[in-house]
Amino acid sequence: MSNLNTTAGRPPAPAKIKLPRVNGRYLWPLLGLFLLLAVNLAITPEFFRIEIQDGRLYGSLIDVLNRSAPVALLAIGMTLVIATGGIDLSVGATMAIAGAVCANLIVGGVDSIFLVVAAGLAAGLMAGAVNGGLVSYMGIQPIVATLILMVAGRGIAQLINAGQIVTFQSEAFAFIGTGTLLGLPFPIVLVLIVFALVQLLMRKTALGLFVESVGCNAGASYYLGINQRAVKIVAYCIAGICAALAGMISAADIQGSDANNAGLWLELDAILAVVIGGASLMGGRFSIPLSIVGVLVIQCLGTTIIMSGLPAKFNLLIKAVVVIFVLLLQSPLFQQQMGALFARFQKRTNTEAKV
Amino acid sequence: MQSLFLSRFSSLYITTALFCLLFLVGAFQFEGFGSSRVVANLFSDNAFLVITAIGMTFVIISGGIDLSVGAVIALTGVVCGLLIGELQMHPLLVFPLVLVGGGLFGAAMGALIHYYRLQPFIVTLAGMFLARGLATTLSEESIPIEHAFYDAVSDFGMLLPGGAWVGASTLILLLVLVAAVILAHYSRLGGYIYALGGSAQSAQLMGVPVARTTVSIYAISGFLSALGGIVYSFYTFSGYSLAAVGMELDAIAAVVIGGTLLSGGSGYVLGTVIGVLIMGVIQTYISFDGTLNSWWTKIVIGLLLFAFIGMQRLLTRQQAARLATGAAH
Repeated sequence: MSNLNTTAGRPPAPAKIKLPRVNGRYLWPLLGLFLLLAVNLAITPEFFRIEIQDGRLYGSLIDVLNRSAPVALLAIGMTLVIATGGIDLSVGATMAIAGAVCANLIVGGVDSIFLVVAAGLAAGLMAGAVNGGLVSYMGIQPIVATLILMVAGRGIAQLINAGQIVTFQSEAFAFIGTGTLLGLPFPIVLVLIVFALVQLLMRKTALGLFVESVGCNAGASYYLGINQRAVKIVAYCIAGICAALAGMISAADIQGSDANNAGLWLELDAILAVVIGGASLMGGRFSIPLSIVGVLVIQCLGTTIIMSGLPAKFNLLIKAVVVIFVLLLQSPLFQQQMGALFARFQKRTNTEAKV
Repeated sequence: MQSLFLSRFSSLYITTALFCLLFLVGAFQFEGFGSSRVVANLFSDNAFLVITAIGMTFVIISGGIDLSVGAVIALTGVVCGLLIGELQMHPLLVFPLVLVGGGLFGAAMGALIHYYRLQPFIVTLAGMFLARGLATTLSEESIPIEHAFYDAVSDFGMLLPGGAWVGASTLILLLVLVAAVILAHYSRLGGYIYALGGSAQSAQLMGVPVARTTVSIYAISGFLSALGGIVYSFYTFSGYSLAAVGMELDAIAAVVIGGTLLSGGSGYVLGTVIGVLIMGVIQTYISFDGTLNSWWTKIVIGLLLFAFIGMQRLLTRQQAARLATGAAH
C-alpha cells in the first residue's frame, strides 16, 4: 500500500516538491547513523581519528567501512532486486561459489589474475541468470526461486572444493581483500567503483525508471512496452555479479575458500540494510545510497556494541530491538500513534503550565 | 468433477509416489533399508522438524512466511535447560510455560504484521534475531538436561514387529498431525486461513476476521515451534542457543516439496509431512551409501525443490486454463 502512495503518486514536476520528499526519505536512516556515530564518539573519543601509515589510512572509521564492504556490495545488488519486487536469498551461497571457483583456479595453476576474476564474475553472472530466469520466465515467486540456489548453491560450492577448505597463495588475488589503493583499503575502493557504476547505470539511463516501474506494477509496465522480464533478469544478474565480488573479497581476505561459512547469512544482513534504507519489499522506489547507509548502520551497531564493552552475546538481541524499532518508525500507523501521543503530552504540559 | 478432484490432490499423489519410489530404490539397493525400523526412525529423527513444518504450512497457506521457527526451537531448548536442568523445576510445569511463551511470541509477530502493515519476511527475520539473541543472552553454552521425567519419556514407547520403536516424539507428532488436519479442514479458523491465502482482500470482504486470523496463524506457528523445541530437547537431552540454525529453510523446503503453493491459498498438512519424510529418506540413503558426501543432500534437495515448483506451475496453469474455458464446471 505504502509504495503505491509514494511511487505512483510521484508528482510530474519533481523540481518543486523534490526537497521535502527527499528530506523525509533520508531523515530516519541518516539520523540513526549519526546517533550511532555520536554514541561511538562518546564511548571512544578517538573513534574519528584517522592516521596515515605507510601510505594507507588507519582508524576505526576506515575499519568499519572496510568490514562492511562485502555486505555493501550485496546490498547494492539487493536494492535493485527488491526494487523490482523480488528478493534474492541466494547471494550468500553465490559468494561461496565464486570464492570456490577462484580458489580452485588459482590452486589449479592459472596465473592470470584477470582470468581468475573473470571466472568468478562469470559464476556470479550465471547464478544471477538462473535466479532471474526462474523468476521472470517461469513465474516462480522470488523467495522460492532463490531459495533453490540458496540450498543447492552451498552444496555446489562444497562440490567444487571437494569438501575441503581450499587455501591458496596468490599475492595478486589477495590484493582484492587486503590491498591498498589511493590510501584506502581495496575493498572500499571496489565498493565505491561498483556503487558509481550502478548508480550511473540506474540514474543516467532509463533502466532505473524501468526497474521502479516493474516493481510498482509489472503488468502495467508490460503494457507500456517495458520488457519486464529482461529488466528483472538484469537486476538478478547485477546482484549475482555483486555477490561474486563480495565472495572474492572474503576469499582473498582469508586466502582460502570455505564453502560452509563464506557469506553465511549475509543475505539477511543485505536485505535488512535495504529495508533500513527505507525501501519497501513490495518493490518500487529505491535508493542505493540509502541502502549503503543501512549497511553502515548495521556495521556501526556491531562496532558500538563491541566498543561499549557489553558482552558480545548481547549483539543479536540489540540488533533485533533496533531492527524492530526502525521498522516501526517507517510504519505510517506507528508515526500517527507517536504523533498523537506527543500531541497529548504537549497538551497536558500546556494545561499544567496554565494551571 | 472427477478431473477437478484429481488435479486438486495430484501434487499430493506425486509427492507420495516420489517418497515410495525413493524408499524402494533404497530398499532394493541396501540390506536393512526396507525395514519398519528405518521408517520409524524417519519419524522419530525428524519429529521436531515435522511439528515445526506443520506450523509453517499454515503460515504459508495464508500467504505469509515465518523465518523465526529455528530460533524459537533454540530458545525453547535453552529455557527448558535453565528451568529443568539448572533450577530442577518439573518439566510438566515448564512445558505449558514454554508453549504459551512460543504462542505469545508468534502472536506478537502476527500483530506487528497485521496492525503495522509490515512484511512477514522482515518481521519474522527480526523475530529470528530476537529469539536467537535471547537464547544466547541466557546461555552461550549448551545446558545438559537431566531429569527423571526425561528418562521416562525416552523409555516410553512401544516396539512394533521388525524392530521399529514408536517413541514419545512420534506419538506427539501423530497427535499434532491429527489436530492440524482437523484445524485445516474441519474448523472455521482453517477455512479463514485458506481464504486469507487465496486473497486477503476478498477474505475481508467476505467477513473473515483478518486481524484475529493473522495473529492466530503466527501464534500457531510459534506454539508448534516451541513444541518442536521440546521434542528436540527429548532428542538431544540439552538446550543450546545455536541449535537448529537454518532449520527454517528445511521447514520451508518441506512445505514446498509437500505441494503447498508459496503464493498461498492451497496446500495440505499431510503433504508437508511427506515432504519432511522425502528429505529424511535422501539423508538416510546417503548415510547408508557411505561413499556419497553430505553436500549431495543439499544439491538433491535443491533439484527436488526446482522440480516440484516447476510441476506446480504447470498444474496451476492448467487449472487456470480449464477454469477460463469453463471446462471445470
